[in-house]
Amino acid sequence: MSSHILSLLIFIPAAGALLMLIGHRFISGNEASEDSGKTADFHKWIAAVFTGFQLLLSVWLWLSYVPNGGIQFQEHHAWIQSFNIEYFLGVDGLSLPLIVLTALLSFIGVVSSWNIKKSVLGYFSLLLLLDTAMMGVFCSLDFFLFYVFWELMLLPMYFLIGIWGGPQRMYAAIKFFLYTLLGSVLMLLAMLALYFYTEPHSFNLIAMIQSGAAIRDTFWGMDIRMLIFVALFIGFAIKVPIVPFHTWLPLAHVEAPTAVSVILAGVLLKMGTYGLLRINYPLLPDQVYIFAWSIALLGVINIIWGALNAIAQIDLKKMVAYSSVSHMGYVLLGMAAVVSTSAAGSQAGINGAVMQMFNHGTITAMLFLLVGVIYEKVHHRYIFFPKDYKDPELAGKLAFGGLAGQLPIYSGFVALAFFAGLGLPALSGFISEAMCFIGGFSVFRTLTIIGTLGILLNAIYFLRSYMHIFLGPVSNAYKGLKDMNGRELLTIVPLAIIVIALGVYPKLMLDVISPTMNSLIKLVQSMAMMVGIN
Amino acid sequence: MSNFSSIAFYLPELLLVLTILAVIVVDLIPGLKRFNWIIALAGIVFTGVLLYGDSGVSESLYLGTIASDPFAYFFKWIFLIAGFFTILVSRHTHALRGADLPEYNALLLIVVFGLFLMASATNLVTVYLGMIETVSLPSYVLAGILKNDRKSNEASLKYVIFGAFSSGLMVYGFSWLYGLTGSMSLSGIQQGLAGVQEPLALYMAILLVLAGFGYKISMVPFHFWTPDVYEGSPTPITGFLSVAPKAAGFAILMRFFYSVFTTNSLTTIAGVDWLTLIALLSAVTMTFGNLIALQQENVKRMLAFSSIAHAGYMLMALSILSPDAIKAVMVYLTMYLFMNMGAFFMVIFAENQLNAHTLEDWKGLGRKAPFLGALMVILMMSLTGLPPSAGFVGKLYLFAVVIASKKFYWLAIVGVLNSVVSLFYYFRIVKAMWLFSPADPKPVKADSVIGLSILLFTIPALLLGIYWTPIINLIDKSIGF
Repeated sequence: MSSHILSLLIFIPAAGALLMLIGHRFISGNEASEDSGKTADFHKWIAAVFTGFQLLLSVWLWLSYVPNGGIQFQEHHAWIQSFNIEYFLGVDGLSLPLIVLTALLSFIGVVSSWNIKKSVLGYFSLLLLLDTAMMGVFCSLDFFLFYVFWELMLLPMYFLIGIWGGPQRMYAAIKFFLYTLLGSVLMLLAMLALYFYTEPHSFNLIAMIQSGAAIRDTFWGMDIRMLIFVALFIGFAIKVPIVPFHTWLPLAHVEAPTAVSVILAGVLLKMGTYGLLRINYPLLPDQVYIFAWSIALLGVINIIWGALNAIAQIDLKKMVAYSSVSHMGYVLLGMAAVVSTSAAGSQAGINGAVMQMFNHGTITAMLFLLVGVIYEKVHHRYIFFPKDYKDPELAGKLAFGGLAGQLPIYSGFVALAFFAGLGLPALSGFISEAMCFIGGFSVFRTLTIIGTLGILLNAIYFLRSYMHIFLGPVSNAYKGLKDMNGRELLTIVPLAIIVIALGVYPKLMLDVISPTMNSLIKLVQSMAMMVGIN
Repeated sequence: MSNFSSIAFYLPELLLVLTILAVIVVDLIPGLKRFNWIIALAGIVFTGVLLYGDSGVSESLYLGTIASDPFAYFFKWIFLIAGFFTILVSRHTHALRGADLPEYNALLLIVVFGLFLMASATNLVTVYLGMIETVSLPSYVLAGILKNDRKSNEASLKYVIFGAFSSGLMVYGFSWLYGLTGSMSLSGIQQGLAGVQEPLALYMAILLVLAGFGYKISMVPFHFWTPDVYEGSPTPITGFLSVAPKAAGFAILMRFFYSVFTTNSLTTIAGVDWLTLIALLSAVTMTFGNLIALQQENVKRMLAFSSIAHAGYMLMALSILSPDAIKAVMVYLTMYLFMNMGAFFMVIFAENQLNAHTLEDWKGLGRKAPFLGALMVILMMSLTGLPPSAGFVGKLYLFAVVIASKKFYWLAIVGVLNSVVSLFYYFRIVKAMWLFSPADPKPVKADSVIGLSILLFTIPALLLGIYWTPIINLIDKSIGF
């Protein structure tokens, strides 16, 4: 049982999707009526039960994981012998938090989509397929397998945005698809190059790391190691997204339905930084040294640029989307600190980066869920109405105001999420952001000092939008609003608990990730020495 | 081997010829006329049975003009599968209802026979016979079989003109080769060329020969016929032309270039660098095909341009001299057979049931026929080359050849960027099918034969992307010529 737990974790949602497709025919009869109540309920419950089971499994995985035990729960089978492709799964301290995050957000995504009306079968089966793909990415230790899962995410995401999204959904869907595909095809070439440089040829990431140092070649006068690093980096950077590859993100977020935004921001963005840490760092450590300053610079640009954009937004969801760009910048800054000569600095940076990945996942999920809650109630999410709003009387005016008195529970959770987002101490975001800055400061002083401005900018847009929405006199239009219901609370409360718990007691998370990440730091630093940089 | 003793190794082809005759004769007997398609299909099936018995034989037949070898054997299966389903599906194509089907079936079988010849030809005369006489001439008629359709007439005429032009160039190239070496057989020419002192003359011959083959695989700049012929021909014929003659074109191209313009130690002959030429043509072909496909509104025409791009991808591997390159092209052709013909069957379905031709007509098709619509998504995914699908595996092998050689990295980059471009137009079809609501949401049902054919071609298009070891094992056995 335990040796197949990762396969189980990956394919449970896919099995659920299959069951839905089969069950649909039996329940609705042959003439498929467009989702009567009974079939819709069936699909929802299947999705909830399967993702719920996956969540329980992932928690069990967390509990039985031994922090100092290296890669665990391995599964190793030959898949395509002629190309030496393996079905190789495993978990370590880097992937474990993200696996739990994926399972959690998938379950929450299903619960928060309970009111979906349009093609329920399609929606939930695609959501489950997406879940399978995401889980596969985090569990794979074979580059080819990783790539297959990586690409498998695109198709369900395309449909989820394209069918169930907002008015500009088609443009947003194809833009997302094209951007990420552009990144991943470059990754494909880098992957093939690495395969042929590995002796004996293999996609096994462990084997690749072992022979990574031996790659010495030039192409048109350029170091092949640098070319591979850059190709991989662009692929992952688009996913993060690193400015200037970020333009797909606000659009996709604004158009996507709530649950998809949650998963997009909560899980998919992490794949970019996960890929960098999983593949670029151990494979080409000397290039990490060469590019560390650039990564830190890009991180700081992300922090500032994302925050400045967020300040300029009048659409709450777009503001949250840009805040993600800003928050992912902290991860990059922390990651760049791997080159720090002080052990404390590099450890704080890398561990902080991984923690920030998890924390941002939970915080941004809360933010998007809360935006979704208000959107469902009032069918818009403007802080200010735009100047060309359809109702000229409202155009340019303040949209909300004084909701705190109307929706006390809601405004409380929003306050928690906003404060977590701006990095208030005792909430999880503070710990990881501080660690990223500590790490960054030990190497890149000036950059980090500029980066800390981001905290201030974050505070500006979060506090200002909170003021505009919840404080002041309440407008008559929103007098009769009801507060959050039980289902909505079910999605928010677990996240809130995690945010507070990790803010007060970050050791819970650090104990799991730090052994793995500290050995990654050692690996990178010693391998870089071996290759001859540093 | 002498003519007489060769017959024992030529039974599949002979059975095909008999089938052709039978179809023609049956056409003349009033009571039996309607059974002609059964005879045609049965002929193909039994040819397959005979072919199956042939496996593993490597003989040079008919005084060295035709080879029976594993390489040809592999391609013959592609032709048989394509031919079988084309005949089957044609009967259920509404647009072909007025056409004279016995004649049509006979012509199609002649083309299949010609393709057999092309894949196994080892002499300049048989190359020409196979390519022009037995494949091209009946194809011209098939393209124009809808006598009252102006587009079909246009297709036929364009096909003839471009075909005649490029085969003229090719024959001229053959005459250079003959003049340089004094031999008609491919192996004789190779030996003769080894001592040739005029690289310019040889380069000329290569260019001219490439014109003829390039026409068959619709390589830029010999592609001009492709969109109009594909659009005007009856759709089953379009599907067939986009796969089978293209496969045969690649078969002859690989055999010719590897056994004539390549020395036995895998270097280009007499130092003439035709590899860079192929690399350039590959880049131009895929880029051109994809960029023009972007602007198409007619689904069939879009697929036609995209088939030009696919030829470009395959040429990419041929710019590298290695056995892996041949293998990669064969893998790609196998995958391409399933995904491309599947897509054309879907076009037939849309034309039959909804008279849908443009993307506008396709809007909401996924909602009207969810199952087939989902299959079409898999086919489009496969044609784009997204994992897990057959098309991705095909591309994987092509790119692997280029990357492994460490030679044309730029070509690999052009190739992947083209894949991204192709996503845009393939997903325009997906978008039309699924992201729009249909004007009339009434479900449509496919003709069972068409629906089943789509399913039968989609299953490998997906499964071969997940597990393709059997195909690789088959191809590994089929590389020698």
